[in-house]
Amino acid sequence: MMLARILAAVLCGLLFGLGLVVSDMINPARVLAFLDIAGNWDPSLAFVMGGALLPSSIAYWIRKRQAAPAFDDRFHVPANGRPDVALVGGAVLFGLGWGLVGLCPGPAIAALTTGRWQVGLFVAAMLAGMIFHRLTFGRPSPATQ
Amino acid sequence: MNDFNMMWPLAGGLLIGLSAGLYLLTTGRIAGISGLTAAAIGLTGAGFSKLGIGFLGGILAGAALASAFIRQPEVVVTSSAPLLVIAGLLVGFGTRLGSGCTSGHGVCGLARLSPRSLVATLIFMTVAAATVFVVHLVTGGQA
Repeated sequence: MMLARILAAVLCGLLFGLGLVVSDMINPARVLAFLDIAGNWDPSLAFVMGGALLPSSIAYWIRKRQAAPAFDDRFHVPANGRPDVALVGGAVLFGLGWGLVGLCPGPAIAALTTGRWQVGLFVAAMLAGMIFHRLTFGRPSPATQ
Repeated sequence: MNDFNMMWPLAGGLLIGLSAGLYLLTTGRIAGISGLTAAAIGLTGAGFSKLGIGFLGGILAGAALASAFIRQPEVVVTSSAPLLVIAGLLVGFGTRLGSGCTSGHGVCGLARLSPRSLVATLIFMTVAAATVFVVHLVTGGQA
């Protein structure tokens, strides 16, 4: 089933990449225009979120009625816990970085296809930030396994 | 930007949600790009995650295909090199410390009604908007 899981990952990644380009979330200028609520506001990101939550919510609803996913013997979704200091601190730092240039991880990866050095530099720094977290705080995050 | 047309973001959002939903129902996992990226470079367990590498490879292929056949993206990055490095470090470190980003907490977490993801999403959205506001104040609108 490992091969089936990898193929599913590639296919889902493909859909994700298509969605980022179609929605133009690959463009940091449009993301910044959404975050710029005091300026010339662009509501695109709200429609992306709304559009994404529809199929995603249906899938998570279906999941409740299933014992296991199609290609694995169990779900790897963390139980709903309470927010803690790490979650809040991490979200603050992420929001700060996101607001500075308008790139978050998915669009940054997708934008590598444009060949722009700015995107390459951002992604390299992002990977360095992840490695730095691993070296300092260590413990792998259970929510994303 | 004044070229807003709700059909593009809605269609793109549906594709992203479909991706997240299918990934859950096939592999049983959360389609969170920060987590998948960390896994792909070997930060979350034993070795380099094949699922992480596969998913990220799929994103690159999907973005390239869509750029060639559906819509030529206009990627405008006006930030300076030092700012890109600082922002990249913050995004990489912050998403790992906070266990997720826009996809894992936003798309997947909100869909499964996770209180942690709701809190994280509200915080990073608010902080990002506040950051844009302050940057515009400091630079006089030239971010």
